[in-house]
Amino acid sequence: MCLAIPGRIVELVSDPVPLALVEVTGVRRRVDLGLLHDDMPKVGDWVLIHVGFAMSRISEEQAAEQMRMIAMLGEDEAAMEEVRGYGLEGREP
Amino acid sequence: MAHGAGGKASRRLVDGLLAPLLYRQSDPVEGDRLADAARVLVGGAPIAITTDSFVVTPLAFPGGSIGELAVNGTVNDLAVGGARPVALVTTLVLEAGLPTATLVAELRAMRQAARDAGVAIVGGDTKVVEHGKVDRLYISTTGIGHPLPGVTLGARSVRPGDRVLLSGPIGDHGITILLARGELDLEADLRSDTRSVFPMVEALAAAAGPSLRWMRDPTRGGVATSLNELALDSGLGIHISEEAIPVRDEVRGACELLGLDPLHIANEGQFLAVLGAEAADRALEAIHAVPGGDSVVIIGEVREEPRAAVLAGSRYGGTRIVDMLVGDPLPRIC
Amino acid sequence: MKFVDEFRDSELITRARDEIRRLADPARHYRLMEVCGGHTHAIYRFGLKDVLPSNLELIHGPGCPVCVLPMGRIDDGLELAGRPDVIFAAFGDMMRVPGAHGSPLEHKARGVDVRIVYSPTDALKLARSNPGRHVMFFAIGFETTAPSTALTLMRARAEGIGNFSVFCNHVTIIPAIRAILDSPDMRLDGFIGPGHVSTVIGCRPYEWIARTEGKPIVVSGFEPLDLLQSIVMLLRQLRDGRAEVENQYQRVVPWEGNRAALAAMAEVFELRPYFEWRGLGFISQSALRLREEYARWDAERVFSVAGVRVTDPKAAQCGEVLKGVLKPAQCKLFGKECTPEHPVGALMVSSEGSCAAYYNYEHRKTAGQLRILTPA
Repeated sequence: MCLAIPGRIVELVSDPVPLALVEVTGVRRRVDLGLLHDDMPKVGDWVLIHVGFAMSRISEEQAAEQMRMIAMLGEDEAAMEEVRGYGLEGREP
Repeated sequence: MAHGAGGKASRRLVDGLLAPLLYRQSDPVEGDRLADAARVLVGGAPIAITTDSFVVTPLAFPGGSIGELAVNGTVNDLAVGGARPVALVTTLVLEAGLPTATLVAELRAMRQAARDAGVAIVGGDTKVVEHGKVDRLYISTTGIGHPLPGVTLGARSVRPGDRVLLSGPIGDHGITILLARGELDLEADLRSDTRSVFPMVEALAAAAGPSLRWMRDPTRGGVATSLNELALDSGLGIHISEEAIPVRDEVRGACELLGLDPLHIANEGQFLAVLGAEAADRALEAIHAVPGGDSVVIIGEVREEPRAAVLAGSRYGGTRIVDMLVGDPLPRIC
Repeated sequence: MKFVDEFRDSELITRARDEIRRLADPARHYRLMEVCGGHTHAIYRFGLKDVLPSNLELIHGPGCPVCVLPMGRIDDGLELAGRPDVIFAAFGDMMRVPGAHGSPLEHKARGVDVRIVYSPTDALKLARSNPGRHVMFFAIGFETTAPSTALTLMRARAEGIGNFSVFCNHVTIIPAIRAILDSPDMRLDGFIGPGHVSTVIGCRPYEWIARTEGKPIVVSGFEPLDLLQSIVMLLRQLRDGRAEVENQYQRVVPWEGNRAALAAMAEVFELRPYFEWRGLGFISQSALRLREEYARWDAERVFSVAGVRVTDPKAAQCGEVLKGVLKPAQCKLFGKECTPEHPVGALMVSSEGSCAAYYNYEHRKTAGQLRILTPA
């Protein structure tokens, strides 16, 4: 149910229905923007494409935030181990 | 309909029907008959011979046309059969009403392709059939070639530890055709990769010598089908690395959009080879020096397990079986 | 590819893998269900099972709209396709699904006008360019796809296009999840929630799973890092004793969903009182049909449809595999009578059906018993 791909808007076409020319690594297809009329994307924005329709805008900040969170995986644990290694637990402040 | 698409159905048709009905033990052939080209003994000397037919729609597309495919396809079957292509004969089946200009264009394309490949077209035939009996034009070509000295190919000589080599980026031809049909409203700057692979094959044979075990041109059904044939014929496990497989951005983009796997897409200007590990470096160097050979790469190796299967792995340790195609690759939305 | 390659990064995948190993309690056996067929496909395609610890089991859910379509619906659609003036248009996913008299592709080989489309708007385009024929779009999909069908119908109506209709098989995901949770043979610890359905319906519709059923659910993206991060989030919830709805796929899924998409669906569709799901039986309020205002474009009303009910062969265990009670290899027909080349059930046809995914990507990793076709 779920093949949807990120693509970048390279051109807006507005007649008679809101369309965009979207590019996915060099492949271009006209994509319908009718489901995003509450929050119309601009040229340069990234959208998620499913069956020729843009379903949602892709947030670069959210993506970057997610990458940061993933990169930090295990670091909390690593920090804890380092602290434990100092033998500071159970000591009087 | 699935029988023409390369892959399981085609193979069963050949193995299961053509072979038992047409071949005999007493035939004057040497070597493995299920390969791309057969070796016939004529006056005691082996001649490589092969045939193929071409039914592509549309007739012309970015990078080539049916005429070029018809020449290069047979030239390549001879090449990966370990022979220098020498001459072709051809049959054209024309639909009544086909514009003469179209026919002339294709004949010119065949002439040019033959020149580029260094082969002679020495004979041909045409038939015109009623409108609707064929889709405009079908071309069949039969080619003969001179076996390269010192080259003995066969899946049975493949060993664990051997390397798998791929000449260049995959999927260009099949995706170009899909886009050229115009049904999916996709545009990309892509061309068919149709060309003769013989110059690269010749360089490989010279560099690898007896270390060269097996070759195939991954046409219909793609790299997945050819490697599965190797796996089935040798009984060994073919391991390839996902990251090593060269795919152009546009092919990747189209495949991601349509839910297709580049490994299943047809190629018309690439070949696969298996060779002993000791010859890998000099083989790469030799092919690299050939014009058009700059993308050659080792994509994997042969192991004992999993038996008769092809496994693709990624750097993080995930693996998946790569299966043969069942019928044409179909776009999906799920 | 941006927004794709970063989420396939090997280093980060290894990091996520290690975190999962750290979080998974060796004394527990985790059973997590991924609802969506697209997730099933991704799990096999990226070999993610190789990366997970052995005490963490992924159960495949029923979120495959092709798999849950009863054969009778395909037969009805193909019967209409047989009329000389009809062009049958459908996604590629439908083309090999077996009906009683063959699949759409097999019908095409026999001369029926069957066309593959990538979008419902392509089907509408066919109608515009073939005024003398009738284009019938065989619509499938969950809420991800239904809004696109809805918008296409709104356009057809606005343009007054009369030679177009939709044979509607859209289904909704929540009733399917409810059916899983109601099933007595099911024991699950949590859910990997559908990513793209959620771009439309948002995350609120899953709140009852956490609150009433006490199961954590994490709405997930489809790249390897998305799935692994979602599993990390689920394991953390389970470790902490929490049961919440979380959104891992925030770069794409808005918590409130897509209002315009929901509005389009509400304009064009209404819920059927009940609908038969292959393998799950009749479920009420689980599927969509066209409203009265769109009757002119409803294939089931434009044509008289036989409404055939076709039961699956008794030996096929599609239902149990669909519910995750059986693994694909445990079905008696798997790999023998039922393979991707000659599928008995839709789970073997659809590329995101668990049987096809397992067959194509996994099962031969351990099978040593293949027939080898070397000439003697």
